[in-house]
Amino acid sequence: MSQFQTIERYQPTRSTYQLLPFRFTPLDEHQYVLTNLAGEYIVLNRPSLHDLLAHRLSNVDPAYIDLRARHFLMDESAAITPTLLSLKLRTRYQRLAEFTGLHLFVVTLRCEHSCPYCQVSRRSQDTQRYDMTPEAANAALTLAFRSPSQHIKIEFQGGEPLLNFPLIQTIVLEAESRNQTLGKDLAFVIATNLALINDDILSFCRDHAILLSTSLDGPKDLHNANRPRPGGDSYERTVRGITLAREVLGHDRVSALMTTTEASLSRVHDIIDEYVAQSFNGIFLRPLSPYGFALKTRSYHAYNTERWLTFYRQGLDYIIELNRRGHDFAEYYASIILKKMFTSDDPGYVDLMSPAGIGIGAAVYNYDGSVYASDESRMLAEMGKDTFKLGHVLTHTYEDLFTSPALLDPLEESFAYSNPMCHDCAFEPYCGAEPVYHYAMHGDFVARKPESEFCRRNMETFRYLILKMENDPFAKRLFLQWANR
Amino acid sequence: MLKLSGRLPVLQNLNGAPYLATVTKDEHLAPDQKQTRALLMSEGMNPIGFKAILTKEHRRVSPGQDSDVFQLREEFEYLCDGDIIRLDPSSGSMRCLYRRNSDHNTILLTEQCDHYCLMCSQPPKRIADSWLLTEATELISRIPQETTCLGFSGGEPTLYGRAFIDLLTHTKTCLPMTAIDVLSNGRAFKDISFARQYAAIQHPDLLIGIPIYSDDPVRHNYVVQSQGAFDETIRGILNLKSLNQRVEIRIVIHRQTVGRLVKTCEFIARNLLFVDHVALMGLEITGFTRPNLEVLWIDPYEYRDVLSEAVGVLNSYGMHASVYNHQLCTVNSDIGSNYRKSISDWKNEYLDECRACSRIQDCGGFFSSSKNHKHSKYIKPFR
Repeated sequence: MSQFQTIERYQPTRSTYQLLPFRFTPLDEHQYVLTNLAGEYIVLNRPSLHDLLAHRLSNVDPAYIDLRARHFLMDESAAITPTLLSLKLRTRYQRLAEFTGLHLFVVTLRCEHSCPYCQVSRRSQDTQRYDMTPEAANAALTLAFRSPSQHIKIEFQGGEPLLNFPLIQTIVLEAESRNQTLGKDLAFVIATNLALINDDILSFCRDHAILLSTSLDGPKDLHNANRPRPGGDSYERTVRGITLAREVLGHDRVSALMTTTEASLSRVHDIIDEYVAQSFNGIFLRPLSPYGFALKTRSYHAYNTERWLTFYRQGLDYIIELNRRGHDFAEYYASIILKKMFTSDDPGYVDLMSPAGIGIGAAVYNYDGSVYASDESRMLAEMGKDTFKLGHVLTHTYEDLFTSPALLDPLEESFAYSNPMCHDCAFEPYCGAEPVYHYAMHGDFVARKPESEFCRRNMETFRYLILKMENDPFAKRLFLQWANR
Repeated sequence: MLKLSGRLPVLQNLNGAPYLATVTKDEHLAPDQKQTRALLMSEGMNPIGFKAILTKEHRRVSPGQDSDVFQLREEFEYLCDGDIIRLDPSSGSMRCLYRRNSDHNTILLTEQCDHYCLMCSQPPKRIADSWLLTEATELISRIPQETTCLGFSGGEPTLYGRAFIDLLTHTKTCLPMTAIDVLSNGRAFKDISFARQYAAIQHPDLLIGIPIYSDDPVRHNYVVQSQGAFDETIRGILNLKSLNQRVEIRIVIHRQTVGRLVKTCEFIARNLLFVDHVALMGLEITGFTRPNLEVLWIDPYEYRDVLSEAVGVLNSYGMHASVYNHQLCTVNSDIGSNYRKSISDWKNEYLDECRACSRIQDCGGFFSSSKNHKHSKYIKPFR
């Protein structure tokens, strides 16, 4: 029909195009992954990448059309591009303005478990020495409510926090009372091994909408070997606690975290099967953190990054197969990364934030009233390095603590976008600054990234996730769902 | 298919010029009410004082009858109490503008448009037709308040500028409880001051449906046959959402859009996650679609997997997505919760073989135009 124009008529009149900010990194032998400012990625082969960079890519090349639509380049047909790109970028960082949402209260260091990997617990009856005082708790609460965030989550940590349950009750009641005028979205979590859970505690949790987060390392033999306690019945008590808590609080009010040890490395299927058997909807396949007793007992170096990656890949493959067979089950570390890949929503996971999550993502009020920039910061302090100690709840003001050099210096120095190698890395939008890890392992907030196990582990994880999606349409669909959980 | 307009034999012409009238069966109305009504005559009536009379019989007008009299043909027998029609006693032309018992009343505001879409169902005309807006204003005043929903379409209604805003304001005043759907290409809202005027109406239940046919701006501009359309439409959507207005994105699926449908949905989820609804729509075989059929037609059955994937993307992101204008036997069962019976009642039909189908009640069926001109080769009754 002559009255209609062909598509050629709508092509840009000039064949020139402008590159928008993006970075690229080899994905495998033949392919590169490119990421734009908003974290969107595209996979190109080497010749196409060369053509793109040399401004030789034809505007009817399918790669060109994808690159233009996903804001890697612009030409005169898409003047709206900078507006959309900046909108996504702003959205990615909007959480910063909210500031600290997660506030960890270490109500006691005491614990009846004696896990060799534990970062911070004490087998002690000395309540004077290892419990938080009500005065400190009250001051910490005042600080937590000073946060501009509309969402305040208070997480009770230990040790085993249920050993100081009366203080938890006091804090919850006081927080609720203060929140009547503040009107914030207030949530509570207790991180507990559940060994001491009982009906009274559960009733309180139910009445105050408190979530429980527990530890489950895998099947009985592995869990009990990892988590010794008097009687050797940690697994039995945890599973009983999960059942009981679900009955009283509801199935989705109890979550579990696993810790990977050397003994776990060959047993990823068993561990996942245990989570499936306990009716969890997913698992967080976590690497062991290098803090506390873990480093002291050398268990951290007992396995290296390569072995963890093998463990992780095997686990992820297994979980994908579970889903392919119709079982809805997620891996949460991948889900966090995928959220960063596919949405402009920051999942707020402290290890994978840049600017770093310390102080901004979370703050820790320790049993002795000292304030730390993150959970890892106080673990590091237990090793004698209090670099990330911001001050004390009774002697410092909110302004003192949250503008202290102990917070601002590492935040500024570690910002990945301006760090050597991170700046050029295509995976920077998915990664984190992690000054605490790098300080612990390398002695400064940045470290040399080629020597960083954190860098290596995450780069390989990002690559693995992208390759999975490139090669398996089912995985792509599944991952898109995980990204939006 | 219901015939919404046609020509009636005029048995008596007193008024000369065209007017709107509300259909009634009640002979005993107050005199001033009768002057706004068209009476549906039945046996034994001898009505006086009505603006118009619609009679089924071809008979002489009785002496003393002071109304325009039209002979109502069989195809318009669906007219009933409360419907609103436009009558022209000079030509006998009749158009049904509002059917009281329907949820698919759409008011055409203009036939002018700054797009020239390959598949336009209402091909634009370059003639002055602002009388349509005047008529719509009067029509809105007559429509009963209990009407649940109403659509405004074109052409491109925003070409009226301020007068379009005034019509919506008038609609909010007359019909505060009625949900309003507007179809627009959204380009006018690139001007933030126009978007502000629209937002300032503060209509409680207003949704504007704006098409984006591709994540590729060149392809979108080609489909709508207008340079620069993509940029202005996206800018318009951003402006409307920045003012908290409700926006629906509409994608018509055909051979020129299906190739990037999944990527287009990914683009929407990444860049326009804040829109309120995304409608994925089958092609209506009318207007420009018929001369362009070769360029546009693809059997829905052939793209059913693409459709599933596109819906899957939108669902993953938690967006509200609907599939319109498809038959159940041409889509995969995995889009079930997004499937809607969407075709307006007056142009909604089924094939003969559909009578045997066990799921006909759940199926959206066909546009009359599809039934008459082109439909999927894979229509197969469920047993």
